[in-house]
Amino acid sequence: MSHILQVEAVCKSFFNVRVLRDVSLSLERGHILGLVGENGAGKSTLMNILGGVLTPDSGSVLVEGRRLALRNPQHAAEHGIAFIHQELNLFGNLTVAENLFVPRFPRRRVLGFPVLDNKTIQQRARQLLELVGLGISTDTLVGDLSPGERQLVEIAKALNVDARILILDEPTTSLTNREAERLFSLIERLRAKDISMIYISHALADVLRLCDEICVLRDGCMVAHGPKSEFSFASMISLMTGQNLEELYPTRQSRASNEPKLEVRHLSQRGVVKDLNFRLNKGEVLGLFGLMGAGRTELARMIFGLDSHAEGDVVIDGVVAQNNTPHDRVRQRVAFVTEDRRQEGLFMEASVASNVAAVALPAYSRFGFVDQDHFAEAVTRVGRSVGLSASALLSREVRSLSGGNQQKVVLSKWFLAKPKVLILDEPTRGVDVVAKHEIYGLMNRFVSEGGALLLISSEIEELLGMCDRILVMRNGEICDHLARPEFNSERILRSAFGAGALP
Amino acid sequence: MQPKSDIQGAGDLQVTTFASPDSTKGESTRDQVGDSRQSAGNRISRLLFSEYLLLYLIAAYLVVMVGLIPGLLSAGNLRSVLSNLLPLLVVSIAQGFVLITAGIDLSVTAVFACSSVVGGLIMTADGGWLSHSPWSVPVGLAAMLLVGAVIGFLNGLSITLFKMPPFVVTLSTMTFFGGVAVWITRSRNIYELPRQIATIGKGSIGFVPYALLLTAMLAAIAHLVLSETVIGRWLYSVGQNSKAALISGIPVNRTIICAYVVSGVCAAVAAILLTGRLETASPIIGQRLLLDTVAAPVIGGVSLFGGRGKIRWIVFGALFVTFMDNGLNLLGLSYFVIMMAKGALVLLAALLDVRRAASTAQA
Repeated sequence: MSHILQVEAVCKSFFNVRVLRDVSLSLERGHILGLVGENGAGKSTLMNILGGVLTPDSGSVLVEGRRLALRNPQHAAEHGIAFIHQELNLFGNLTVAENLFVPRFPRRRVLGFPVLDNKTIQQRARQLLELVGLGISTDTLVGDLSPGERQLVEIAKALNVDARILILDEPTTSLTNREAERLFSLIERLRAKDISMIYISHALADVLRLCDEICVLRDGCMVAHGPKSEFSFASMISLMTGQNLEELYPTRQSRASNEPKLEVRHLSQRGVVKDLNFRLNKGEVLGLFGLMGAGRTELARMIFGLDSHAEGDVVIDGVVAQNNTPHDRVRQRVAFVTEDRRQEGLFMEASVASNVAAVALPAYSRFGFVDQDHFAEAVTRVGRSVGLSASALLSREVRSLSGGNQQKVVLSKWFLAKPKVLILDEPTRGVDVVAKHEIYGLMNRFVSEGGALLLISSEIEELLGMCDRILVMRNGEICDHLARPEFNSERILRSAFGAGALP
Repeated sequence: MQPKSDIQGAGDLQVTTFASPDSTKGESTRDQVGDSRQSAGNRISRLLFSEYLLLYLIAAYLVVMVGLIPGLLSAGNLRSVLSNLLPLLVVSIAQGFVLITAGIDLSVTAVFACSSVVGGLIMTADGGWLSHSPWSVPVGLAAMLLVGAVIGFLNGLSITLFKMPPFVVTLSTMTFFGGVAVWITRSRNIYELPRQIATIGKGSIGFVPYALLLTAMLAAIAHLVLSETVIGRWLYSVGQNSKAALISGIPVNRTIICAYVVSGVCAAVAAILLTGRLETASPIIGQRLLLDTVAAPVIGGVSLFGGRGKIRWIVFGALFVTFMDNGLNLLGLSYFVIMMAKGALVLLAALLDVRRAASTAQA
């Protein structure tokens, strides 16, 4: 029972704001420590201190009993700490083998000149890929890999420098279920090899399943630290939030009507989707499940006019849509919250108010001139209705907000345009539990006010908790359809993988 | 530590009620009293990020230069500064619209030349297509503007329809239409333009030159469009994130085409001013202006990354470039030395822009 890593009474402030107060933790060799907390609780700051990115104001870090002052990420790496970031730090234009060796390539001498030792590189790269269970060529460009495969390459890279402590920050956010399973089995194998890990995630079920110990951060303080057996899903949530969250999925009072708001008829596009048919009614939440590559996002993009389709019709409010551009869809009161918030949903350097203004602007103008007062009032009103209440928040840059608040900005942008059909693609990805709960509440309010909602999600729990009906897609086709009484997560997974694929 | 000015010029809603209390002047001066060392640092950083920094620099520059060149602020020299400033300002405004959408328009000088010679060929008394007709001036002016609009439209269309990078598209239209201008005139200048054209370039009402009136009107309209209209907001949005703009239902392609058409038309207006002042239509008119049309907005603070810029900044930038040109010229420095100085300055401004982008990306 030796501690490979100890953190003692670490404090850190930014601009006189305390981010960490006297945080202590310890990690035993070959153990996995789960670190949970809401966004802004101080998880990233703590991990950046361990990774050598930040230096603590006071307190100390001990690796294998030795007190260290970690100066920079290289220094941390020399002591066997590898930080696998949320945004992966790989070079898409280089091959897998090259990425594995980026800081220090093995060299040999030819006529006295140092050149790359390609043989060693290839050999070692193959071993590493085998170790992490990735069956791809070492010459594959990283840009061609899926997010899950990149994650494994990143881990292989850490193993290449003999990391003994891995810090995994939200490793599953961009992975499909299958990829996540592969990652988990790798984590188990690494643990068996005595590699210690700190696992940070919002997916509490994964934390409970993988970790030996769990610690909970709230407002920069360590509020709980102990073996897994002391924690449950509910206790973690109440520790993280400091309040009791009765139900993650709020119950909805309203009922779905039988009036179709969105219909998809025989929608086909070669190699993407095939003969899709469904309808979405007023006041209804329709779920869409599928593995990555099943065509869920592609379907949403076609409905919204971002991608073209070869055959079939999209019918909005009983009218076959003729023009297929997002501009036309917005006029037909369709809204689309994309899965990639930063790239496709937000203007990161603009203010919250400007972002909220993006869609509905023409409706608040006369002869092309913006009616400033009227519009500002509307922006404030919608901001308040989604819980972006503090007036100071509206003038802040969107990039400075937490994931949950950013998502609320995207939602207000659309709510201001009063949509009839709302398509949400992974709306709660990277969002903390409290904000999740609030977003579910907003979704319920939207449908109870007569909206129709198409919810695309990789989280089966979320679909089971929110939807009236669930469609399952596989290989571009709708392969199953469940009404609320038939909801069953095993059946959904079975359909998504194809019958019999599940153990 | 986000300087407040970073948000300015990003096409933001001007919603005063949203301003947080700590951003009001009264609060921050009170803060400063507490810590004098910090206040000095604050004042410097506020000055550096102030949108009026350039204006202070111009004033400082003039104060220094007046000592060296007594004639700098004479009426004659100021008139010459003004006549150089106005065409540059008009084209810089054109360039500004395009820069805000994260594009660049290298074809402005070609528009200049084409527009000038087309107008000349229509209006000249020396065998013009409409010479001595009462319609020659209105038709000539309309044709000049039309040339700008058409070239701008072609630029915008190629960029949006074929998804080509603005740099390459406008580089090729610059080369092509620059060639066209020389070809249709067989490389000769066109003289004997109607009197009215010279009046636009040189005439004045009382003390106020027509050219100044025209430019001021154009700048005012451009300012209104950018700050008060839907299309103005769209220009900023497209420049900040064109993907998000598309998904927000903004007609991205139309907005970009619009920016290039505005750019072409503004360049044509500048061609009218310059052709009038020189009383000559020339296929190589204003060729030296290309660098300056990018330099003025960028020195003024318009971002090369798009999504950020104001007409006011472009005015300051154009003033700065023109005064620098003029001052160094009067000092007797050669054209080449001035070019070197200007190059260094643009590099400095671009560096500031990159640093600003990096500092906002970190937050």
